[in-house]
Parts: sequence; structure tokens; C-alpha cells
Amino acid sequence: MNEHAQNATVFLRDEARSAWHDQAVWWVRQKRDRAQHAIPEWEELRSLAQHIKAHTLSRLPDYLEEFERNALANGAHVHWARNGDEHNRIVHGILRRHGVTRLVKSKSMLTEECHLNPYLVERGIEVVDTDLGERIVQFLEQPPSHIVMPAIHLKKEDIGELFHDKLGTPKGLSDPKQLTEAARQHLRAKFLAAQAGLTGVNFAIAETGGFVVCTNEGNADLGVSLPPLHIACMGVEKIVPRAKDLGVFLRLLARSATGQPITTYSAHFHGPRPGGELHIVIVDHGRSKLLARPEFRRSLSCIRCGACLNTCPVYRRSGGHSYGVTVPGPIGSVLAPSVDPEKHSALPFASSLCGSCSDVCPVRIDLHHQLLAWRGDLAAQGLLPQEKTVGAKIGRIVLSHTWLYRLAGSLGRFALRVLPRPLLYNRLNAWGQTRELPVPPARSFRAQWRARNGKS
Amino acid sequence: MDVALFVPCYIDQFYPQVAMATVELLERHGCRVIFPEDQTCCGQPMSNSGFRDDARPLAEKFLRVFGKYDHVVSPSGSCVSMVRNHYEPLIGERANTMRGRVFELCEFLHDVLKAKVKGRFPQKVGLHRSCHGLRELRLGSGSERFVPSHDKVKALLAGIEGLEICEATRPDECCGFGGTFAVDEAAISSRMGQDRIREHEKNEVSLITGTDTSCLMHLEGLLRREKKAIRVLHVAELLAQAEASA
Repeated sequence: MNEHAQNATVFLRDEARSAWHDQAVWWVRQKRDRAQHAIPEWEELRSLAQHIKAHTLSRLPDYLEEFERNALANGAHVHWARNGDEHNRIVHGILRRHGVTRLVKSKSMLTEECHLNPYLVERGIEVVDTDLGERIVQFLEQPPSHIVMPAIHLKKEDIGELFHDKLGTPKGLSDPKQLTEAARQHLRAKFLAAQAGLTGVNFAIAETGGFVVCTNEGNADLGVSLPPLHIACMGVEKIVPRAKDLGVFLRLLARSATGQPITTYSAHFHGPRPGGELHIVIVDHGRSKLLARPEFRRSLSCIRCGACLNTCPVYRRSGGHSYGVTVPGPIGSVLAPSVDPEKHSALPFASSLCGSCSDVCPVRIDLHHQLLAWRGDLAAQGLLPQEKTVGAKIGRIVLSHTWLYRLAGSLGRFALRVLPRPLLYNRLNAWGQTRELPVPPARSFRAQWRARNGKS
Repeated sequence: MDVALFVPCYIDQFYPQVAMATVELLERHGCRVIFPEDQTCCGQPMSNSGFRDDARPLAEKFLRVFGKYDHVVSPSGSCVSMVRNHYEPLIGERANTMRGRVFELCEFLHDVLKAKVKGRFPQKVGLHRSCHGLRELRLGSGSERFVPSHDKVKALLAGIEGLEICEATRPDECCGFGGTFAVDEAAISSRMGQDRIREHEKNEVSLITGTDTSCLMHLEGLLRREKKAIRVLHVAELLAQAEASA
């Protein structure tokens, strides 16, 4: 069994909890459906977003340079990082030069991808994630299990226990309002003490050199408004050409992510605040590899709304941690193999190819087709398990010869009829662990057809 | 109208009654059914596992066997989608020659024959919308998109007397079959199927119908193991039985 399947099996063992997780995430999908139905031009918006992203990706270097020129003109510093290591070194360098030992961060999946937190902590910097969900998983020393709702795998009772331990809330407290208040008080002190704030970037605008950070908690705004130093980290794919393109993406993002008409805070940054410094770190980290491959290029259009996770029947029933990567779910299973195909070769198979992800995607990424394309790519690279490779060869040989197919069919049906149950149902039969095999008919359709038409 | 019948391999071997019901339906609606006997499998099991080189000869074979027919009809949305949407990476532009000529059964009855099915089937039935039929052939509008609501399968069933179609709370969630997914990820696959069954049970249906025997085989396997009373019936069988009892 591959790693994802193993993790999923463990996740499902607690039947009540896994059913709760499925329903909690499905509830967000339903909220998204309702929000979508308030926008008559929804499908046109999706197409528009798709085309803007396709256009941008077709001229990505030009737009990135345009963004850099304008950001510099706004007074920001711009850094380029080829990969996660370079990104971490750059961020640490900026902090060191400013003598920063206390950093507050708003949510950034990119820095998760680059494993920035442990890198900085090892170098003596206190890093505090200020998004509530992120702070919760940080306390637990867990990675986020969802890209928009990092602690969706935890129940309010779990949080109560954690906060009792970490923040001294009364034992057994599970009221979300009171728990959130405790977190606010705790984070307020961290905000006030911070010497620098780090944010992600949702959209970077080429023509203005500005960028937008979306949060529901206002934690990005507070985190960069108090200390004089703001570091913003973005993947190269975050660019949109014009400020007016934001009108398309901001409408799609919050509705797709949580079913809200708009995120509570959409903060626009154009240069440092008076007396402060703004550093923008632009990171590749495997993205240009995807850009170079036409069949996977569209995955770079992703705006990280998480809708494909919420709709995915596999994600909902296996949890984000089962994927073993920063970005789980359908989009994560498309992105991960480009970074390390061997390590993540099972992820494109963690899907029934039901296609719900492709239909829910606000930028129309053909996610389930990309998962299929990865399967083909991994097979061509010889990275799939031996039994699959052999099985496919046998299948090809048998199914290429009609007589052999008929013979194999007859033998198979005969075996199903006569073999004793323990020979059919055992550890080797993954199907039979929970399911009966079909009842084999005496004659195939083609035999019945011949009889019907008077042939022998 | 001459119609070439494409019978998916597992239907040929394990569910011949589904193919026979398809023949009866097509004949009753004025078609002359031809069954090209050299057919085997569309190649989807290999293609969906990533083995394009092993799927290619089967795509070639499909073209050899069915290439000369104007209307190829099959009681499987998934296999039809394989031919229509996934042959191009295997055989390039030649995939286009087949694309417009291969039809899923309900799609063919609804769009090409514009058939009105009349008959009786006085039962409460749960409709399972198989993913490839729904999202790759667009047999229905689907719950994800904001497009005018339509459903070709439901439209065909609408003329049947006594039939009560019950919608599941999640009207088009995957049953978890997914080909080799059913064994690669057996735990999730099974849970997905059990969740579907639970929703149909709440509606107190006597059977579950759908366009794809593969999904129904998976659900049936779970139902029989758990000794539940609900049966599965392919929509071709349901339509044929309804017409026969008219």
C-alpha cells in the first residue's frame, strides 16, 4: 500500500471523526455553492480569470520585470530566489541586518513550502504565526492540513485542550468565542513586541508594483503596521498584469475559498510605510519547471482558494496530512510531483478522477486531467510500482487478442464460480476486504449474442 | 438506423444482461444493432494507470473495429469518455475521427433518437450520477457549475409511470469506484461508496440506478457484503423493463 493510502486507512479508522471531517469540509463547499449562485456571470468570470492567467503565464518574465521596476520605483526592495533555500537565506539575511529576533507572520503557503519557520527558529528568531489556525498548528508543531483552513482537522474541544495547555484557558473550555478571545490577547502581545512582519502575497500587480494580501483576521495588516520592517514572499505565479484584473480575482477568491462575498481584509501595499522598509522576495521553487511543460502549465494559474480540496471526496475522507506535502488535495497532487516525482509518485493516484475539482476551480484548471497526465509521466519515467507495470503489460497482451480475451474471461468466470471462498477472499484481494465480487454469469454477452442470432 | 454496439469488457464478462437490455432498447427504438465481435476493451484501465504504451494498441484496435460505423453506442459513460476525450494522447489526431460518433446510451436516446421512453416501473429509485458521464460527457449540469440545470438521464426516466426518482443529499458525489483506485485506495473507495449508500438508504429507495455498471458493481459489492436490501440496476435494464411492462 502506498503512503497516502496507508495514512488514509489510519485516518478512516476513527469513523466518527473522519465522518465529521468530511461533513465539516463539505459544509464549506456548500457555502461556496451558495455564494456562487449569487453571481449570474460566474462561469464568465471563471473564463476571464483563466484567460488572464494564461496570458500572464505566456509572458511571465516580462510581467515579473515590470513588477520589479514598479515596485522599486515605489521604494520597495526586490529579491529573487531560485528555490526554498535561497528564499530562506534571503529572509534571514534581511532580519539579521535589522537585528530582528521577534517576527510575526501572516499566512503564507509559500513559506510553509520552503520550511522557513524551522530555518529561522534554528537561527534564534522567534517566529509567531498570527493567523488563528496557523497559530494552533504551530503550537502543535504540525503542518497545516488545509491551505485556507490550516486547523480544519481539529475540533473545538481539541483547541480547548491545547489552549489550556499553552495559554492557560480554563480546562474543558470549548466555546469558540472565548477561545478566540484568548488567542487574541496572546497574539496582541506578540504583535506589539514584533520587530518585523512577514506576509504572503495573493496578487502582485505588474503595472503598479503593488500587491494585495487577503486575510479574514486583519492579522497581516496589524503585523506589518506596527513594526517598521515588512517582508512579503511570493511565488513567481502570483502576478496579474493590471490593477483592474483584481476585480475578477477578488470576486472569485473568497467565494471559492469560504463562500464569503469578499475576504474581510484585502490590503493593498504600494511601497514601504514612512520610515519603514518593504522587501519583496520573489521565489521560483520548481514553478518554472511546471511552466516549461505545456500539459502542467495551467496548474500555475492556481490562486490557492482551496475549493478543490473542499470538493474532493478523497481529501475530505483522508485529511490534509495524509498527502505529506504542504499543499494537499488535487492541486497539491499536481504540484508535488514536479518538485520530487519519485517521492510523490502516489499522489496523482490519490484520486478517483471524478473531475469535481476541475469544475469547481475558479480559474478552470483541468485538475483531474493533469492528475491523469502525471500518471502517464510517472509511468514513462519508470516510477510506478512493478505490479502495476506488469499488470498493464498483461492487460495489453490479453486485450489485444480477442481469442485470448475470451479465454481469459471464461477462465475467470469459471474460477469465480468454483474456487472456495478463502482462495478468493484473502489478504491479497483488496477489493474483497469490504466488497463482494460480482456473481459470474454462465455465459458472456458475446456468447448470448451469438446464440440469439443463431450462430453457434 | 444502424448502430454498432460497444460493450465494455467487464459488462461482456460479468453483466451481460446490461448489454442485452441495451440491445432491446435500441431495437425497440428503431435501430438495427450490430455487435462487432472483434471488440475487447477501450484501454481505459491501462490509460488511467498511466501506461499509455499499453493502452495505445487497444485504441488502435478500437478504431479498426468501430471506425466504419457512424453510430457507436455503449451503456457506459466512462468508456465512451475514454474514446471521446482521452484517445488523443494515445493516437493523436486520429482520435478526432471517432469523437463525434461514439455515444453513451442515454445520450444517444436523448440527443440522437430523441426517444420518449414510455412504460411502468412503480418503485422508489435512487439515481447515481456517474462522474465521467456527468463531468466529461455532460449528461447533466452538475452541482459545481452555474449553468442551466439539465439532466439527460432524468429526462429519459421522466416518462415512466410510477417511477419515483429520489435525489441524494449530495446529488453527484463520486461513489469511489475510480478503476484501480478501488484497490489502490481501498479504504477511501469503500467509505465513499458506503456514504453514497447511506444517503440512498435515508430516501428508502428499493434500488439504485445509473449509467455505469462499474460504479454499480462497486456499490453492489458493498451492499451484498453488508447484506442490505437495496439492489442496483443499470439504467438500460430499468428502461427496458419499464418499456416491457407497458
